Amino acid sequence: MAMMRYAEALNAALREEMQADPSVFLFGEDIGRYGGVFKVTKGLMEEFGEKRVRDTPISEQALTAMAVTAAMTGTRPVLEIMYADFIPLSLDALVNQASIYNYIWNGQVKMPFVVRTQGGGGAGAGAQHSKALDSMLAQIPGIKVVAPSTPADAKGMLKAAIRDSQPVIFLEHKLLYNIRGEVPEGDVIVQLGKAATVREGSDISIFATSKMVVEATKAADLLAADGVSAEIVDLRSLRPLDVDAIVASIAKTHHAVVVNEGWRFCGYAAELSATIMDHVFDELDAPVARVTLPDMPIPYSEPLETAMLPSAEKIRAAALKTLK
Amino acid sequence: MKNTPSVEQHLDIYRRMLLVRHLEERLGALHKEGRTRGPIHRCDGQEAVGVAATAALEAGDKVATTHRGHAVYIGKGMAMRPVVAEIFGRATGACGGRAGHMLVADAEKGVIGGNAIVGAGIPAAAGMALSMQILGTGNVAMCVFGDGAAQTGICHEAMNMAGLWKLPVVFVLEHNQFGLTVPSDVQSPVADLSIRAAGYAMPAEIVDGNDAVAVYRAVAAMAERARRGEGPGMVECKTYRVEGFSTSDMGGYQKPEDIAAWKARDPLIISRKALLGDVGEARLADIEAAAKAETDEAFEIALSDPMPQFLVDEACNPYSEAR
Ligand SMILES: Cc1ncc(C[n+]2csc(CCOP(=O)(O)OP(=O)(O)O)c2C)c(N)n1
Ligand SMILES: [Mg+2]
Repeated sequence: MAMMRYAEALNAALREEMQADPSVFLFGEDIGRYGGVFKVTKGLMEEFGEKRVRDTPISEQALTAMAVTAAMTGTRPVLEIMYADFIPLSLDALVNQASIYNYIWNGQVKMPFVVRTQGGGGAGAGAQHSKALDSMLAQIPGIKVVAPSTPADAKGMLKAAIRDSQPVIFLEHKLLYNIRGEVPEGDVIVQLGKAATVREGSDISIFATSKMVVEATKAADLLAADGVSAEIVDLRSLRPLDVDAIVASIAKTHHAVVVNEGWRFCGYAAELSATIMDHVFDELDAPVARVTLPDMPIPYSEPLETAMLPSAEKIRAAALKTLK
Repeated sequence: MKNTPSVEQHLDIYRRMLLVRHLEERLGALHKEGRTRGPIHRCDGQEAVGVAATAALEAGDKVATTHRGHAVYIGKGMAMRPVVAEIFGRATGACGGRAGHMLVADAEKGVIGGNAIVGAGIPAAAGMALSMQILGTGNVAMCVFGDGAAQTGICHEAMNMAGLWKLPVVFVLEHNQFGLTVPSDVQSPVADLSIRAAGYAMPAEIVDGNDAVAVYRAVAAMAERARRGEGPGMVECKTYRVEGFSTSDMGGYQKPEDIAAWKARDPLIISRKALLGDVGEARLADIEAAAKAETDEAFEIALSDPMPQFLVDEACNPYSEAR
């Protein structure tokens, strides 16, 4: 085990995968000479050269489309989109291109590419640099969407994503890059599509991903003081979703809070609620509680932004309400 | 002249253009009988672009095309039956009937593939070229795209990167004078769209898009440069869409005298005239009869091929590995 920051764990995953496989290459805005706006790709251009680590023009639409066909023709591209807020520019490549070919072309091609991006609020970045947009991405069939919350998962899941033969959107969070955690040494893979129970509990299950797992953990501490034993399931992967883990946890606690940093309407939290209804309705003792962003733009000023974002306090309140 | 196709190569281009012509005319007739499904975008009168451009490629090279891609499919080596069967939604189609006529792919033949999002083929080819450059395969990628596609934002992004990184890609502009119904001069302030190539530091050549030999020469020269690592090039092929935009086009926006003038300069007429002196009438007649017979056979078989069964198949389920 080594103590690492989340960004360093990602960097280690990229370095190891590039060392192991010459077909892996990185491209994106400001990722080479500067090492990335969030420093995830630091030092990689020096180590692997300008052919495999490319600073690109500001061309999200074409870059994403190029990742799709580069992946079809023998390489394993890892594209960095600086902010998830820019993903709407990539949508044609994801919705109309990557999403269809596996099925429409009858299994003729593989598409082993990864789009790394980071989203989420809390950093005062304003309405165009703070969104999660994970719900929108998770709705696209044919694409995997994962969002690790710890340095160890960040490393193990990025390695798995790069080795995957199909498109993976890898969602990071700007407020997770500096968190520290133990990361196993060496070539340790964390399989995509598997949730992790990060805290055992008996009264209520909290389901979350990415930075919301951090908030859920704080909420569980608050709830412990309230006399409530909360279980936290870090879904890690939005799609494919580990339905078995959700079912197992609710079968134990009979109560659920679903947390998502995106919008509420047609959002991932709504999908989780419906999934719970589909699979374990009979085990529920109360309605599923949803904690999300309100359906509004994310404002700049600190008290305004803080009031909007899902937080430990809001998760606690939702849990207490559904337990009443 | 350098890069001129040999007589045998030109004959093969002529043969493939004939196949495409028969394909398009047969589709038109079957559409009238109500036997086709969805819109079909014919390329008859423009065969020289798709066929001669792909004739200048090698087997390992790859091509991305448009919603009007039949000439590219046949030009890059796909057989008639899987193409026809795909257009008729049959299980034996190139994509098992899942793709339809606009999205045909044959990865083995390097057709990757048709694309019905206007402009999307341009980054698709650039992405394949990026892959080729990184792996050092020595291959080139090609994009055949329309004058309408040339106006998209993604065209600029992709060509800029192709020029910047000297990607091995050839951009073949099939300038048929129209987008869907809107003429090119209502979509662009410049008539010769390839003047934009200068802004991407790539060479461009304007050719008569109905002259297969001219298309071949220009494309072969650009492909050769690209293969040597000297970067992308553009070939602007001036042609004209003599049919409607698709089989559902009601028409009325094209001048009959323009259509007549371009039909008089049909690519089949131009190639036949050039070949006649080289090989004589009998050889051409043989090729023509064979192309007709090949089309008849492909349609006959494809139209009696089975329809696909719907199934959620694990091989095409991207989530199956992770579960
Ligand atoms: C992004 C997008 N916008 C609009 C359309 C509808 N559309 C299909 S083809 C076409 C015209 C394309 O013109 P051009 O690129 O010149 O190709 P051509 O049909 O002339 O071969 C339009 C507007 C589309 N398919 N995709
Ligand atoms: Mg056109």
